[in-house]
Amino acid sequence: MHTSNAPVWTANTIDEALRLRAEHPDATIIAGGTDLMVFVEGGAVQLIEVLNIWGCEGMSGIEANEKGIRIGALTTWAEIARHPSMPDALRECANTVGAAQIQNRGTVGGNIVNASPAGDSLPLWLALDAEMEVASIRGSRRIKASDFWVGYRKTALEADELLLAIHIQTDVRDRLYYRKVGTRMAQAISKVMLGGRLRIENGIVTEARVALGSVAATPIRLMTVESSLIGKAIDSAAADLVAQEITPIDDIRSTAEYRTSVATRIIRSWLESEAGQQ
Amino acid sequence: MIQFTVNGQPISVEARPMTRLIDVLREELRLTGTKEGCGEGECGACTVIIDGIPVNSCLIPIVQAQNTVITTVEGIAVDDNLDPIQKAFVDFGAAQCGICTPGFIVTAKALLDNNPKPTRREIREALAGNLCRCTGYQKIVDAVVQGMGSD
Repeated sequence: MHTSNAPVWTANTIDEALRLRAEHPDATIIAGGTDLMVFVEGGAVQLIEVLNIWGCEGMSGIEANEKGIRIGALTTWAEIARHPSMPDALRECANTVGAAQIQNRGTVGGNIVNASPAGDSLPLWLALDAEMEVASIRGSRRIKASDFWVGYRKTALEADELLLAIHIQTDVRDRLYYRKVGTRMAQAISKVMLGGRLRIENGIVTEARVALGSVAATPIRLMTVESSLIGKAIDSAAADLVAQEITPIDDIRSTAEYRTSVATRIIRSWLESEAGQQ
Repeated sequence: MIQFTVNGQPISVEARPMTRLIDVLREELRLTGTKEGCGEGECGACTVIIDGIPVNSCLIPIVQAQNTVITTVEGIAVDDNLDPIQKAFVDFGAAQCGICTPGFIVTAKALLDNNPKPTRREIREALAGNLCRCTGYQKIVDAVVQGMGSD
């Protein structure tokens, strides 16, 4: 047991959370704790001080209206998995995050802010063109998902900012897709994840998002693959361009060669299956 | 001072706020029915129910237990009367070495409280975060099916 002596500041409201964040910019933030507690117990993270936002009012839950969907940063994966307004691909993603006990505690915001290259949901936020609502005592702003992960485990958050919510839009013309490949079907850390979105109008792809996780230091969009899909019927040959756009590494979970091969295959099979449904 | 309810009893503990809930349960409150397996949220042996939701007590700092209602495996039987799930685990031989058993019982209890008539698939999904290395899952799932009764 590595019980930490770190003092903990608990925020019950967003105002309190932002004030505490401004006063303690070096504090480690704890939400559901499903990642952090493992790092602390294993000695990988030394806590100096902690800002506890679990239970903070106004930061959890899902609001859906005609303008879009707002997902509070403290919404758990279990809440995502059973919410009727969530796109199927997001619910499928929620179901791949650990087992029930983890889904009951782990938060969407934690997955996003941890910024692990293997963070299960990250490619999906890129595919959705999600916007991150962040705030500090100085005010609030939105950061596009494509600008949010700036390096290995680094985000665009300023030291005094907190992620409050994620905003997404759904469109009937869109086909959204999620696929995670790990060692097992469930409860495995991912080797590769794919988030994809195709907007199809009169049989023609007018917008494409192809995003991968675990193949680079951050989740990435494959811009060349995306642009090759635009302006024609779905063509799975776009998958031939995958290998030139990614830079995976060899690590304990997989090899670069395997990741490149499987990324290509899952993108091809997604495109083939979407084309087959036309 | 952190205050919460465990198995119907109001509790106040003085503990460093990042102390894990499992350590407070076992070391301070002597509720040693909750077991530590992996200590990293993979095995489910330490599962407790907090405000109706099954979670891993090895991943929860005690500060987050403030004002919650917690049920551990000790709180599932009523006096000496085993819960039907516990009875079924006995009847079906759904425990061998037994270290995972409290976690399974607690997770199954939370499942049946929220969904009294789950399908076998739903039972397997709900129990997927509880690992057993010796009994085998078939008898455990059979016991939960039995535990939910037939009416």
